[in-house]
Amino acid sequence: MFSLSHITDLVNAWLYQQFPPTLALLLQFVIVGILVITLFSILGLVLIMMERRVAAWMQLRLGPNRVGPRGMFQTVADTVKLIMKEGMTPNGADKLMFNLAPYIVMMVSMVIMAPLMFADGFQIWDINIGVFFITAISSVSVIGILMAGWASNNKYSLLGAMRSGAQIVSYELSAGLSIITIVILTGSLQVSEIIAAQQTGWWIFKGHIPVLISFVIFIIAVTAETNRAPFDLAEAESELTAGFHTEYSGMKFALFFLAEYVNIFVVCAIGATLFLGGWMPFHIGSWESFNHIMDYIPSSVWFFGKTFFLIFVIMWFRWTFPRLRIDQLLNLEWKYLLPISMFNLILVTLMAIMGWHF
Amino acid sequence: MFIKEYIKDVWGAISSLLKGMKLTGYYFMHHNKEAITEQYPDNRKTLKMADRFRGEVVMPHDENNEHACTGCTACELACPNGTIKIITKMEPTPEGKKKKAIDTFVYRLELCTMCNLCVEACPTGAIKMDQTFEHSVFDRRLLTKKLNKPDSKVREGVE
Repeated sequence: MFSLSHITDLVNAWLYQQFPPTLALLLQFVIVGILVITLFSILGLVLIMMERRVAAWMQLRLGPNRVGPRGMFQTVADTVKLIMKEGMTPNGADKLMFNLAPYIVMMVSMVIMAPLMFADGFQIWDINIGVFFITAISSVSVIGILMAGWASNNKYSLLGAMRSGAQIVSYELSAGLSIITIVILTGSLQVSEIIAAQQTGWWIFKGHIPVLISFVIFIIAVTAETNRAPFDLAEAESELTAGFHTEYSGMKFALFFLAEYVNIFVVCAIGATLFLGGWMPFHIGSWESFNHIMDYIPSSVWFFGKTFFLIFVIMWFRWTFPRLRIDQLLNLEWKYLLPISMFNLILVTLMAIMGWHF
Repeated sequence: MFIKEYIKDVWGAISSLLKGMKLTGYYFMHHNKEAITEQYPDNRKTLKMADRFRGEVVMPHDENNEHACTGCTACELACPNGTIKIITKMEPTPEGKKKKAIDTFVYRLELCTMCNLCVEACPTGAIKMDQTFEHSVFDRRLLTKKLNKPDSKVREGVE
């Protein structure tokens, strides 16, 4: 079976053969960095295009259709425009923090990429606490947002940042609890092992009702964590102009914008890994021939297909639901999602002990 | 029963959200059929305007170059922002009497808000709203229009 791990092994062996070990490791860092940055820019272009297309179709519009064939190059044109714009720093702003904030937000979403498994044997760092690492790092992004809001010296920005802080801190709980359900079932925090455990079927099928509940809670919680509608109180165009990035312009604004979309990709990739089996093809128990046919579809196609399906679902949410008020937002988390996910956790633990899953 | 209310709450929320998603999902799948965007400069020939769209005030003339305006100035009084100015003149009738008639119907498009009050005020139905909308010109003086055509006169029998 074709696998990207052959290529990575080949490159690895060649590098260690040609260069001393330290230099080879450094060269690998550089290669990985370039790959991640390339993935970032491609994701930015593709996801923004996808979002505008989905939004237009759901609102009975046509969407971008002037630049290039069927408007495909619209985001490229937008990027060129953003690069050419002047990056202003307001006079009253805290210069260092103001300029640092977008990079922190970007770096966080880059670091979360490390334990993700993009295809069979194609992973940056197979750390043994992968899922824990992701949840730990993803909460750092709120620091970047608070930094941006505070340093802008603007009421809208500060309000948006504070809302975003309250929101991310609360929703991290239920996101974490729904991740834990899968950790309980798998018995490991390592991403590759979680995927390997879904060889006989994805967790969403194997774990039936409790995992389905935690999947729904996970999707709701990560929608809130990435500050997207219906939880986009941090930006809330109609109330706060643009929330924490009101004062940003040009490329610094573009970094925030890009980080938002890359964050969506990352959380959807995590969701696909935990609940939908990552790169694992669709397998049904002991149907050998069926499983074998499914294996012929490359693992990266499976991974990106599932991830983009989840991204589509989150975009679907955005263009369907109205925005929540801040009190409704906190009610939803503390009165509904958290109790349900705690109860669900007990259920899953019971299921794992008694072996009620398939 | 607290727990019953709670579950009913959650179920109501989920089912109503799913109902909304079903509608937008339908729109997403049928966007070719349902999309209502008019690609305006491209489809100028086949462009369909909504019935209630109002573009400008016009005064229809029939084939004898006659209109129905008696110069009563009801529209001028009804206009909230001085868009219409009617200049009247005294015209001799065949019987030798003098009768008030319209000389110039001045319509200032740049002031008009298309509120339709003048059309409603007109007792003889002499003016109506047209659906043309490509009004941009390079000189604002061109926006001050004279609605009655030269040498036109009021239709027989319109009082």
